[in-house]
Amino acid sequence: MRRVAIIGTGMTTFGEHWDRGFRDLVIEAGAKAIQDANLQGNEIEAGYVGTMASGRLVGQEHIGALIADYMGLNPIPITRVEGACASGGLALRQGFMAVASGMHDIVVVGGIEKMTDLGVEEVSDILGGAGDQEWELFLGATFPGLYAFMARRHMFEYKTTEEMMASVAVKNHKNGAKNKFAQFQKEISIETVLKSKVIADPLKVFDCSPITDGAAAVVLAPVELAKKYCENPIEIIASGQASDAIALHSRESLSKLRATEVAAKKAFEMAKLSPKNVDFAEVHDCFTIAEIMAVEDLGFFKKGEGGRATLDGKTALDGEIPINTSGGLKACGHPVGATGVKQVVEVTWQLQGRAEGRQVKDAEIGLTHNVGGSGATAVVHIMKRV
Amino acid sequence: MQKSIPLTWRRIPERYRLLGTKCTNCNTNYFPTRIVCPKCRRRGKIEKVQFRGLGRIYSFTEISAPPAGFEDQVPYVLAIVELEEGPRLTTQIVDVVGKGVKIGDGVAIVFRVIQRDDPEGLIHYGFKFRLV
Ligand SMILES: [Zn+2]
Repeated sequence: MRRVAIIGTGMTTFGEHWDRGFRDLVIEAGAKAIQDANLQGNEIEAGYVGTMASGRLVGQEHIGALIADYMGLNPIPITRVEGACASGGLALRQGFMAVASGMHDIVVVGGIEKMTDLGVEEVSDILGGAGDQEWELFLGATFPGLYAFMARRHMFEYKTTEEMMASVAVKNHKNGAKNKFAQFQKEISIETVLKSKVIADPLKVFDCSPITDGAAAVVLAPVELAKKYCENPIEIIASGQASDAIALHSRESLSKLRATEVAAKKAFEMAKLSPKNVDFAEVHDCFTIAEIMAVEDLGFFKKGEGGRATLDGKTALDGEIPINTSGGLKACGHPVGATGVKQVVEVTWQLQGRAEGRQVKDAEIGLTHNVGGSGATAVVHIMKRV
Repeated sequence: MQKSIPLTWRRIPERYRLLGTKCTNCNTNYFPTRIVCPKCRRRGKIEKVQFRGLGRIYSFTEISAPPAGFEDQVPYVLAIVELEEGPRLTTQIVDVVGKGVKIGDGVAIVFRVIQRDDPEGLIHYGFKFRLV
């Protein structure tokens, strides 16, 4: 296998882009990444793009062809990848494998979701497709409801509190306030979270990530070619992916995501590292409880100690292991197909020293963790400076 | 969500009667039904099995922001119930609010309207559970 590096990054601001459509967003992110990599465009051999639900959100399928056309990249192959909210992370893994295998040299990877063309109720219905439609959603479940099941079990098994969950949102809003690409750039207090409207008890509005428009992209190259295009390429040293039962009720445990544990184990084995070696990470905080489980399942904290660690500031920007320096899904926003690629953009910027206003000091090794639905897919990547 | 007549029709044995499957090779019960036993795969032998409809609450929430089709039911308690026979399922707990439910509470099946399409459309029936 060849070593693979990121040589270019780009993203749109995340938020409600009433004035821009699906193709406008994905092309902006792609063009920025290609420019960042100092490419003319002829060098690019293939592309992979993650989107969860373009067909239902904007009525557009066949987006690989659309993007090749509007990027001016015809006739190279561009392939859509789907794994619910993990679509972006899976697209990166496909690009990584294409370059590692020697099949392609220069590959573009994108992630996109245009969500605000529809009302909240329709969008929620569409996102429900990430769960088990016939045996969860049809019977009255919602996504906040599924994560509420996990929160309730975590509280029951480990004495995790609503205040601990709220501290995830507070910390991520604090980071988002330092990120000009973030949907919410405003700090909030624990009280704001605890007093916000209950959606699916114990989860409240401020425990949930928002509906967002946005796109992100990276350019990949073999390490031996990377320096030709980029002064400070970032190597992807590991990629791990795992699956679990689509419905929560069919899983062994609700207080962890087994797919995360397995994907992380595979990634750490491939990188020959342990969780202790990771300096900072972008994890999938679609709900506050999800970040608490993620920092445990990834091995940064013992099971049951993720909530306390967050409340105690161990995952803050100046803590032991900064988590979600971008603001995470909670504050940076969650355009589902774009999230997994945005996480990689953020980690790359941190490793390159480009994370203006929220730079982690001496960042050497960063990790991304992207989850599909309620945890039936998880994908983990580990990155370091070349 | 897709709620076509054929989809509803072909799920009637599971939704109305809690008819599941059992792998006789490893003695594991499954609900909803499965064609392949994930533990035994090719060695598995799948047969139909009728569950009694008794179980305990494994986790629960009270839904205040409902999906389309459930607006007239909020707030309602949604739970993961572990059946006596082993499998867990997602279901509504009727005639109770969130504060009235605890993990471990015993429940029994009831037959109810799950949701209705528009006033002229299909009425979807199936299992819910009540505290016992
Ligand atoms: Zn079996």
